[in-house]
Amino acid sequence: MLTPPLPVSSPAEKLMLAVVAGGLLALLLALADADPSRRNSWFWLAVGLVSAGTLAWSWLKYGRQPAGVRQNNLWLRASTGRGAVAWVTGLVLTGFYVVLYWFSNDDGQGNFGLLTNLVHPLDGLSQALRARPADQWFLYGTFYTLAVLLMGGRALWKYRHSRYQLIRTVSVMFFQLGFAFLIPGLLQFFQQPEFYFSYFWPLKYDYLFPGTVTSLLQKGGLGVFMVFWGAVMSLVATPVLTYFYGKRWYCSWVCGCGGLAETAGDPYRHLSDKSRVAWRWEVRIIYPVLGLIVAITALLWVHFATGGTLLGAAGNVAAKWYGFAIGSVFSGVIGVGFYPIMGSRVWCRFGCPMAAYLGLLQKHFSRFRISTNGAQCISCGNCSNVCEMGIDVQQYAQRGAPIVRASCVGCGMCSTACPRGVLNLENGPREGRTQASPLIHADSLRILS
Amino acid sequence: MHLVILGNGITGVTCALTVRRLQPEARITLVSSESAHHYSRTALMYVYMGHLRAQDIKPYEDWFWDENRLALVHATATALNTAENLLILDNSTTLAYDQLLLATGSESKFFDWPGQQLAGVQGLYGLPDLEAMTRDTHGISRGVVVGGGLIGVELAEMLHSRGIEPVVLVRDARYWASVLPPEEANLVDRQFQENHVSVRYGTELREILANAQGRVRAVVTTAGEEIACQWVGLATGVRPNLTLAKTSNVETDQGILVDELLRTNVPNVFAAGDCAQHRRPGAGEVPIEQLWYTGRMQGETVAHTICGQSTPYRRGIWFNSAKFFNLEYQTYGHAPAAPTPGLTSFYWEHPNCRAAVRVYFRSEAPHAVVGFNALGLRLRHAVCEQWIAQRAPVATVISHFGAANFDPEFFPQHEKAIVADFNRQFPEQPVVLKQRKGLFARL
Repeated sequence: MLTPPLPVSSPAEKLMLAVVAGGLLALLLALADADPSRRNSWFWLAVGLVSAGTLAWSWLKYGRQPAGVRQNNLWLRASTGRGAVAWVTGLVLTGFYVVLYWFSNDDGQGNFGLLTNLVHPLDGLSQALRARPADQWFLYGTFYTLAVLLMGGRALWKYRHSRYQLIRTVSVMFFQLGFAFLIPGLLQFFQQPEFYFSYFWPLKYDYLFPGTVTSLLQKGGLGVFMVFWGAVMSLVATPVLTYFYGKRWYCSWVCGCGGLAETAGDPYRHLSDKSRVAWRWEVRIIYPVLGLIVAITALLWVHFATGGTLLGAAGNVAAKWYGFAIGSVFSGVIGVGFYPIMGSRVWCRFGCPMAAYLGLLQKHFSRFRISTNGAQCISCGNCSNVCEMGIDVQQYAQRGAPIVRASCVGCGMCSTACPRGVLNLENGPREGRTQASPLIHADSLRILS
Repeated sequence: MHLVILGNGITGVTCALTVRRLQPEARITLVSSESAHHYSRTALMYVYMGHLRAQDIKPYEDWFWDENRLALVHATATALNTAENLLILDNSTTLAYDQLLLATGSESKFFDWPGQQLAGVQGLYGLPDLEAMTRDTHGISRGVVVGGGLIGVELAEMLHSRGIEPVVLVRDARYWASVLPPEEANLVDRQFQENHVSVRYGTELREILANAQGRVRAVVTTAGEEIACQWVGLATGVRPNLTLAKTSNVETDQGILVDELLRTNVPNVFAAGDCAQHRRPGAGEVPIEQLWYTGRMQGETVAHTICGQSTPYRRGIWFNSAKFFNLEYQTYGHAPAAPTPGLTSFYWEHPNCRAAVRVYFRSEAPHAVVGFNALGLRLRHAVCEQWIAQRAPVATVISHFGAANFDPEFFPQHEKAIVADFNRQFPEQPVVLKQRKGLFARL
């Protein structure tokens, strides 16, 4: 079918996009400039232009229209419809992760490889927050947090008609800024171990490794609390909270990966593959990843308990390879680098062991479900389209069945986008949780194999 | 048994799925000239607006049909020979059937306006219309939409999404006057205003004017106004598609005439959905129903009869829904647009004009509730249906209104304001709020 011309953006919107582009250009100049003070000026100019441009553009695009679902031309734009802009964005993001993980290590003299010119402008901020100079991970954390906050601002404008989306967006912004940026920094300032209170095993897999546990325990009071916190959150709080609210309490309200997906990844949520084939791959990959990390953790503890004599270095080697393949390549390079092509939740959907663990709990031991409103579904497909986890929500809605799926992160976007008020996230009694509405006579065909 | 279904819309497909469930061994063939696979007609607008791609509005993936042994034939049926149980297709083949379902749907209904055949003038019913609209609104600046119903507002929203100025002509003094009471229509009108869509109420189309190339260049309204435009959308309703039925001895009037089992006058030939006209519709029901939901229900009903479990079509308690720009609409039960003897209605509207509820109930005690309109808030279908079926008194319904609240978590809850307003309007039936929405309501 003929692709129509897109409506022309207003001159003000174009100007703001130019400001963002100017900011990215300034970042390149910072990267290339040998003079430290000029380099710092380019860097902070870049941060200022990208921030101001993004927020102003969001307001111009969403704030001036009546509040409501704003999806016009989503699939038609090159940036959000897998066009040339999307491929370039994907390449740049992927390239950044490759450089970050493998070409920006400290050489011992304060040089961080290809990223050194971006790391050093942050020395001042790092000193103030952490009482130590910046490194490549502080640069990454800063950019990550900035992305969540700025694109969170965009999400707040875009979804201001939905209080659920507003509160949820504020929540992921809060946890990223406070729990994943400021608190770990302040802990370092006070000579304490860098610890992320919002990440748990098995996502932050080493938090329950014997090596981490023993070294934290040696740090005294706060270290003991961190071990306690990590164990309680992973093994007690996670099942209890998931029982009452579903996995969303973590995946779309707290988690940093989820936070980035829900804010910076929001323009790409519809790109997730909704096919049955994709679902099969999801199941084939995510549960083995969970099995792998549980096995590695167990191996390390057996090794530890036997005084390091039984298994040699097998556990540590496995942990190292897991960290490379899953921790770096899957969650970083593919997980974020492929946003503009495969959608914002590639990691969460196919790879995250925490999501797998939460998903099993959600499916079998939870009060959470997405209810379908009687027979009101018109099979339009908007719910499936906006599902970042690639759930074909429509298959349930058009049969009048509640959605109980391990992968659902409870972002609530299907409910927000539904034009007929059919879907609603609810926590209720477990009896009849999967019972379809009698107002549509659900067929028994193999749709949801 | 070989069941052949003419049409792969919601009616035909629902029938096919139901027959597959009731008779796993049946041979089922779906014939459609419009598309290779079933798609959702209600989602056409989202493809135009770029929310979805064409492949996203197929409710089932392509493997579904094979795996469930539903044969698909993408061809036009040109003639029906009921004497020999044969369907003649335009690809020079024939299909023999044991049972035949005519689910041929509708076609746009025009009213012989001068110029309605011009290039750039169309309705919106199927995929060809979507393609025409995509082509003919390419780069234009203004389109005129004729019709104050659901498709009219959809067309206006579609044009608006592309930065094309819509002008809407509505025959009645308010939007959708045959269905919405004035207060509800006023809220829809506010949506038009907020989105800068100009609407001419009490105005009809008189004539469409052509330019030298035979394309539309303007319309003239019954008020004598000439409105320059490059495209005209005629959203003045649909009528049953009888092209195939008329090649046979199947009896037709406005639609294909059916009894309450959805049987035509010819044995083994059934009709359901948009194209069917009920010889004896139920009390208060129309003979031709042209809705997604009724198509689905008729498709399911006729499948039972085809499988030997004779089931009369009963529409049950009415429901419908729509969305007008940013305003959602749901209705349940009997919800007439005009004052009706024996019925009273309670109307509540939020001061921000983005939410409203109307509850219809019998004027005499015990004031049984008969219907609901909801705008900008979501009501639970099952609860509303139960209240209507059980003839719950309005006081009971209002005091437990939270039970019907289907809005997402954290949304403002209006039950207190609704109860207060009810007590103000109907002081003789004092009501106390007993059930709010959510977890705390049950404590």
